Order: sequence, then C-alpha cells, then structure tokens
Amino acid sequence: MKRSTFSLKRASKHGGLIALVILLLFNILVTPNFFQLQTLSVNISQVATIAIVAMGMTLVIATGGIDLSVGAVMALSGALAPLIFGSQFGIDYPVLGLIAALCIPMIVAMLCGWFNGAIVAYIGVQPIIATLILFISGRGIAQVLTNGNLQTFQNPAFSYLGTGKILGLPFQGWLALAIAAILALVISRTTFGRYLLAVGGNERAASLSGGPVRKVKIGAYIICSALAGLAGLIVVAINSASDAARNGELMELDAIAAAVVGGALLQGGRAPVFGAILGAVIIQLVKYTLLANGIEDEYALIAKALIILAAVYLQMGRRGKHA
Amino acid sequence: MLDAGSFDLRRYISRNPQSIAVWIALLALVIFGLIRYDNFGGAYNITAFLNYNAMFIIISMGMCFVILTGGIDLSVGSVAAFTSVIAAYLSPHGIEIALPCAVLAGLVFGMLNACCIIYLGIPPFIATLATMIGAKGGALVISGAQTVAVDWGSNFTKLGMEKAFSVFPWTIVVVAAVALLLWVVLEKTTLGRTVLAVGGGEDASVMMGLKVNRAKFFAYALSGGCAGLAGVFLASGFGAGQPLEGIGWELSAIAAVVVGGTLLTGGMGSLPATIAGALLLGLVFNLLNFENGKGVVSISAYWQMVIRGAFLFVVILFQARVMKSRSQRVAG
Repeated sequence: MKRSTFSLKRASKHGGLIALVILLLFNILVTPNFFQLQTLSVNISQVATIAIVAMGMTLVIATGGIDLSVGAVMALSGALAPLIFGSQFGIDYPVLGLIAALCIPMIVAMLCGWFNGAIVAYIGVQPIIATLILFISGRGIAQVLTNGNLQTFQNPAFSYLGTGKILGLPFQGWLALAIAAILALVISRTTFGRYLLAVGGNERAASLSGGPVRKVKIGAYIICSALAGLAGLIVVAINSASDAARNGELMELDAIAAAVVGGALLQGGRAPVFGAILGAVIIQLVKYTLLANGIEDEYALIAKALIILAAVYLQMGRRGKHA
Repeated sequence: MLDAGSFDLRRYISRNPQSIAVWIALLALVIFGLIRYDNFGGAYNITAFLNYNAMFIIISMGMCFVILTGGIDLSVGSVAAFTSVIAAYLSPHGIEIALPCAVLAGLVFGMLNACCIIYLGIPPFIATLATMIGAKGGALVISGAQTVAVDWGSNFTKLGMEKAFSVFPWTIVVVAAVALLLWVVLEKTTLGRTVLAVGGGEDASVMMGLKVNRAKFFAYALSGGCAGLAGVFLASGFGAGQPLEGIGWELSAIAAVVVGGTLLTGGMGSLPATIAGALLLGLVFNLLNFENGKGVVSISAYWQMVIRGAFLFVVILFQARVMKSRSQRVAG
C-alpha cells in the first residue's frame, strides 16, 4: 500500500512530462512527417490560444474558483475588433483604429472579469453560477453586436496576431511563453501572487490575517478574462474572420482540462502556469496524434475525457499522502 | 401516507422563500403575454411550448436532485445526445423498446458519474465534465457523426408528435408523471429526505448514520436517466437522433434549477419551483417570438440569451439577499 502511494505520488508529480515524452516518442516513431517545422507551426498556432486561456483559468482555479465565461468573452472581444477597425473611424485613421481595435476589446474583457469577480467576491455567489451569467449572455451580446453575421476582413497588421512569425514559429506561441514568464514572476515575486495562493489555500486564514481577499479574487478573474479576450482576438486574426457563434466555443472545457492536467488543484492553492501550457500541449498532441494517424476526432474526445480523469485521480493520490 | 391535504401552502412559502419569486415572475410573464398577444393563450402555442420544453424540464428535474446533494452534473446534454442516437437506432422496434433502452443508457452514464464521484472521490465538476466529453465522443462514434433518422413507420414518433386522448402531447403526460413521481420521492420518502440532508451537511448526515452514498448514487443515476429520457424526446420530437445536440443544455438546466430558488450549495430547494424555473427561461424565448410576430419592433433572437443571463443575474442577487438576511436572523 505504501509503495503504491509512493509511486502514485511520483507519477503525479512528473505525470505531465512523462505523458509528453511518451507522446513525442510515439509520434516521432509512428506519425509520418511529424518531425517537421510545418507540423510544429500548425500545432503551436492551435495550442497557443488554449494555453493562454488555460493560464488565466489556472489563476482563477488557484483561488478555488472556476470561470465558465472564457469562451463567451473570446466571442465578445473577437466580435468587437473587426467592428472597430472596420468602422468609418478605423478606416479614416488606420493606426488609431488598430490600437483601439486591440485595446477596447481587452478593456471590455477586463470589465467582464471584474463583473465575474465582483459577484464571486462581494455577493458570495459560487463561481460556477456567477460565471454562468456571462457564459449565457456574453455570446448573446456578441451576436447581437454583429447581428449573428460572419465578419470577414482584410487587415494584415491585425492579422499578425494570428499569422505572424518570429524565427519561423508562430507569433502567438512566443506570446504565450512571454505571458507565462510574466505570470510566473507575478505569482512568485509579488504580494498579489502570494495572496493569490493564500486565498486558495485557506480563504478564512488569509482573510483573518488581513489579506485583501476580495481584491485578489477580483484580480484573478480580471486577468483570466483579459487573457480570454486576447485569445479571442488571436482566433479572429488567424481566420481573418469573426464568427460570434463559433469563436471560443467549448473553450472553457479545454482550458479547465489543460489547467487540471497541468497540475492545478481544483481546491485552489496552486498556480502552475507553465503546467497549464504543458496541459494544453498534451491535449493538443493527443488530438493531433489521433488525427494524423487517421483516427477520427470523436475518439479524441473520449481520449480527452480519460486524460482528465486520470490527471485528477493522480492528484487525489498526492493529496492523500499529505493527509 | 400520501394525502393531498398534507400540502400546506404557507409552510411551502416559509420553507422556500426564493421559490415564491419564480412563481410570481412566471405568472407575471404569462399575464403579460396573455394581454399583449393574441393566440398566446391558444391551444397551439401552449402545447407547442410545453412539447418543446419537455426535454429541458426533464433534465432540470434530474439536475435538481444532483444540486440538492451539493453536486453538479455537466454531462446531461451529451448524454441526451447519446441516447437520442440510441433511441433512433432502436425506433423500428417501437417506443416500448427504444424508450427503456435509451433511458437505461442514460442511467449507465449516471451510475458511471456516481461511481467516479463516490468511490474514486473525484470532484463532481470534473467527473461529469469527463463524462460530458466522453459521451459526446461516444455519440459521434456510434452515429458516424451523422444525424440518425428514426423509423417513421413504427409508433416511435408518436411520443413526440401526437397527443394523448387528443388533448395533451404524450411528452407532457410523461413529464407530468415523472414530475409527480419524483416529487413524492423527494418529499415523502427516506431517500428523498436523505438527499436534502446530504446537501444540508454531508458530514453531519454521515454522523447521523444516514445512507449518504446511496442518496448521492441515486441523484446522479436519476440525472443520467432523466437525460436519457430527454434524448428520447429529442429523437421522437424531431424525427432524428442528433449526436451534435445538447451543447449547453447542462447550463440551461443549472440555470433553471437556480432560478427556481434551489441553493447551489445543496440542502434546500423544491422540484415544482425547478419546473417553474425551466418554464420561465423557455417563456422568454416564446414571448420574444410573439413580440417579433407583432411586427412593431424586431428583436434579434440573439437577445434571448442576453435576457436569460440577465434573469439569472437578478435571481442570484435576490438569493444572496435572502441568504444574508437569514444568516443575520440566525446570528441575532
């Protein structure tokens, strides 16, 4: 019994990395054309949006919360950008229009995060329900704004977000890494970061010791929504089109799955942002592996379900050791 | 044991203060509709409205039990999609084969959830999330990612499209029967009271020697079974098993339960109010259709989601106030 918990603990600690190595080895041996720059680029450009949202989700989960509204926020910010740079103002002043098309959707996204956080922190509503409000109505607002139409556009400067390349690799992949580095610094070096982990670890203790629990919680939701807004812009930039009905659909599930596979504890108290990237990469690689080997997408869903269950079950083993 | 006289309105209101709000809101919307629109109270609109919302009422009732235990079930939409495909495949054998088999399939998913949650200790949110993704994948696999046409020659489509005794659609009759049964279970049986007790305080319930695991198992299995039945309604009412349907149903159901005044932490809530919550959310869409039919203003159908979200927001604010005043009363 003791031995089994010991190996479980080890497996859960490095489970993500082990899974990644196995997936990579399998692909190098089996999948044709896997070891090529183009394959890498395709995978990076697809995984970056999930990773960016999953990092924000990790912060929210670290406070013991959850954010179901990320997909809706993506749709909302993605719908706003083409409306702004495609407007008369955006056409007359392309540079200002572009800046506004990047800033205003992000500000709106942050307002959404503030809304979520305020309901959770001040009214004391459970995060699932609090974020359900925007999950339901956020996409509706995006569709009302665009009248449900697909907005296509030609805007090379804006499209750089999704199609640009640095050193031959997609821009958004570098962006995701940069965000991860910044968030990791914020979590380990700032008081906000310390309180974030304290709030999730033991909210009552954090509050009794004078921590600004409410502000920290709202901050986590604002960061999460801002990152979702950014991801929404990237998706729109990749497609050169904004579809409010599809943008970010089911993203909340992918992001939660990536965060959990990456080692976030649903009870809070841990914020492994690089783990979120690892989780996103694993989920993407499983999907790619199955697809590239001619196995249909629907089996990838079943595989994803099993991965999530396995990841959480291994976490439970680790917690059992502590208790 | 069950006598009609035992229903005391005053007791119901005092025990479920939030629930009364949903009834008032529902009544207000209905009166508004009756005054403003011709044909709103017509037989066609009423039966079509109830027929369409039957699936949502069914899954909301199952969800209500799960939430009463303090849990959550995200898998209901995918499970309904899965069982709609099962029902469509079995439709040539008639409703008497297709319905039990589809409900059984739903029950199996529900029991799978229950086992993961109770015996493996996986949080309900994650366990049912995995089932949601897995069941969706399963539905796509068994259907080949295509809608599966039902057999129109058998009696299968009667359930969703024809009327019992030429008055009410069969779906409504089934929903009413299930609702009555579940209400009796919740209010009058040990199992039902245990479900409420578990949500009120799981540790205390364990210490009191209540069969906590049995109550939780029942709630998740029931939710799966209800989703299975909703899948049959879906296939029968629309003439096809639809593996891609069901997206977002779980959240609509959760919203209906919450709007009905059930506390998300469990332990307090009512089944009739859940049904009222589901009807209220459905009515928003129905009224919007009528408003557009008048031709005075044209409100985009996309507003319905915004309005539903706003409803949820108002209810949550209201609930929070009630809870606050209650805890102050307890403290003071």
